[in-house]
Amino acid sequence: MGLPVAIIGSGNIGTDLMYKLGRSDQLDLVALIGIDPDSDGLARARSLGYEAPANGIDWVSENPNAVKLVFDATSAYVHVRHAKVLAELGITAVDLTPAARGPKVIPPVNLMEHLDAPNVNMVTCGGQATTPMVAAVSRVTRVPYAEMVSTVSSKSAGPGTRQNIDEFTRTTSKALEEIGGAEIGKAIIILNPAEPPILMRNTVFCALPEGTDHDAVRESVISMVADVAKYVPGYRLKQEPVIEEGPFNTPGGVVPHRVVVLLEVEGAGDYLPTYAGNLDIMTAAAVRVGEAIATHQEVSA
Amino acid sequence: MTAVAIEPATETPARDFRLIDSTLRDGSHAISHQYEVAQVEAIVRGLDAAGVQVIEVAHGDGLGGSSFNYGFSKVNELELVEAAVNATTNAQIACLLVPGIGTVDDLRRVRDLGVGVARIAVHCTEADITEQHIKIAHDLGMEAVGFLMMAHMNTPEGLLQQARLLESYGADTIYIADSAGALTTNEVRARVAEIVGGINVPLGVHAHQNLQLAVANSIAAYEEGARNLDGTSAGLGAGAGNCPTEILAAVCEKNGIVSGVDPLALMDVAEEITRPLMPRAQVVDRAGLLLGYAGVYGSFLLHAQKAAERYGVSQAEILLELGARKAVGGQEDMIIDVAVELARKHAAMEATS
Repeated sequence: MGLPVAIIGSGNIGTDLMYKLGRSDQLDLVALIGIDPDSDGLARARSLGYEAPANGIDWVSENPNAVKLVFDATSAYVHVRHAKVLAELGITAVDLTPAARGPKVIPPVNLMEHLDAPNVNMVTCGGQATTPMVAAVSRVTRVPYAEMVSTVSSKSAGPGTRQNIDEFTRTTSKALEEIGGAEIGKAIIILNPAEPPILMRNTVFCALPEGTDHDAVRESVISMVADVAKYVPGYRLKQEPVIEEGPFNTPGGVVPHRVVVLLEVEGAGDYLPTYAGNLDIMTAAAVRVGEAIATHQEVSA
Repeated sequence: MTAVAIEPATETPARDFRLIDSTLRDGSHAISHQYEVAQVEAIVRGLDAAGVQVIEVAHGDGLGGSSFNYGFSKVNELELVEAAVNATTNAQIACLLVPGIGTVDDLRRVRDLGVGVARIAVHCTEADITEQHIKIAHDLGMEAVGFLMMAHMNTPEGLLQQARLLESYGADTIYIADSAGALTTNEVRARVAEIVGGINVPLGVHAHQNLQLAVANSIAAYEEGARNLDGTSAGLGAGAGNCPTEILAAVCEKNGIVSGVDPLALMDVAEEITRPLMPRAQVVDRAGLLLGYAGVYGSFLLHAQKAAERYGVSQAEILLELGARKAVGGQEDMIIDVAVELARKHAAMEATS
């Protein structure tokens, strides 16, 4: 028996997460909760035999003992309200919106620090894809400035992302600083409408101060990519990390070099096709976090 | 913090269209974002005296564009914006913001400095990411311009649909930008005619010179009903450059179109202020023409040149590959990817030959 969980939000992210939870031994999905009874996500949930209520967070309030953990895949604005309700019910929240009510978690960097938190935040898809790279660099050298550029296919960017794209850049740039270890972080997101849709691409630039051991940077990056790929199989380097010569006049000061890490993320194709690596990395990371919490609760119980 | 009062432009003569000058924004690409305060002041004074109504100032990729990906500004753009606001008498200062690169926080900061026009720029199929920014620009009391980039990548009907979205968010003016300088004159006519007939706010066109058509396309856009035209002094701008305002003003006068700006004064600005600060002549060379020919975002030009030098590959080859991959504005990081890959392929070919 795994930990009983529910997903709230039956859009792209919530539906993709449903398929992944179906394969988890530590987590038992009980319900996919939406607000639109006609949504594709809820229809799929029903056909897979999950509960598929359309009354949103009220379903959790009405069934307070049905689940121990809720994945919230709604929107930042809505999650602020959900966070309160879940906290009152004593249900752990894994927040896949950029609301950031609880500590931000990037599995290979800081997962073990937040297993007791009542609410953990999954940052953003771009944050999941790029923060580990910044952390990989900052564990071998000081990173005065780091920047990420995420390009996702237009088809994979749902209305939540589109209506509040600023949340993406704010939350992601903070994660590069707070978790990645950069002194200053910047995030950029681009939507590309090309057909057939492009795979999610991420580029990470880190400023490298004088005296940095470039080989150590490359090795650290390559090893961190392998760590992420353990739970996101489609996560890979597009090219070997390259060190470019400047000087570069960054907001963190002038540096002689930068490392450029070019990544792509191929999705598992659970809900949207494989181009939507941005969904995949969020949902795969959320499952990883949920499983770690489940194991932790079992041990401490 | 209270916003600086924005004084309305003083009485201006009747004009057939509004000219928006982007020398200090799009032109920033051509000088790799190295503008200094004194240059901004000189250009603003010159343009203002010539009768230009709106002068856009920002990093070439808009507010917040200073970055590894697009190049770091030499001087913080807020200092440049403030210098422009202080140097102008009649012209309004505008800023461009690309959602995904900058945020509404940037809009608030420039509004406080006295910027009156916010141009919210977005790829021509993604208008629905601008709703928040257009509404906030409005709430801040700014004119909100919705700016659809890479207009060659959408059909006239598709652009109209996107323009209607922008209008529904409250855009006061809508622009289509030929960011790759890839549109022929007939294609511009078709787009403008379609959009003008379907929206209730003025339309503008932002042309580039990559096919040497910027002036012709701007005039054609006017004839089809566009009532805002963009240009830059001496054509300074991304790729092979923008519509040179001094030429546009001269052609308008000969065609009996009242631009409201003085061609001779603009020629002086171009010759005496803008040209001396150009690191390279703004001409349609092979790389510039390739942008228009292959439909590649103009700002990629100098980044591709740099990557070509770094990795020992051809700039032309990089640009063609970017066109084939359908890269959109903002994807400068793809240039490194393409250059590294080309270098690797060439090395592999040499090893086997």
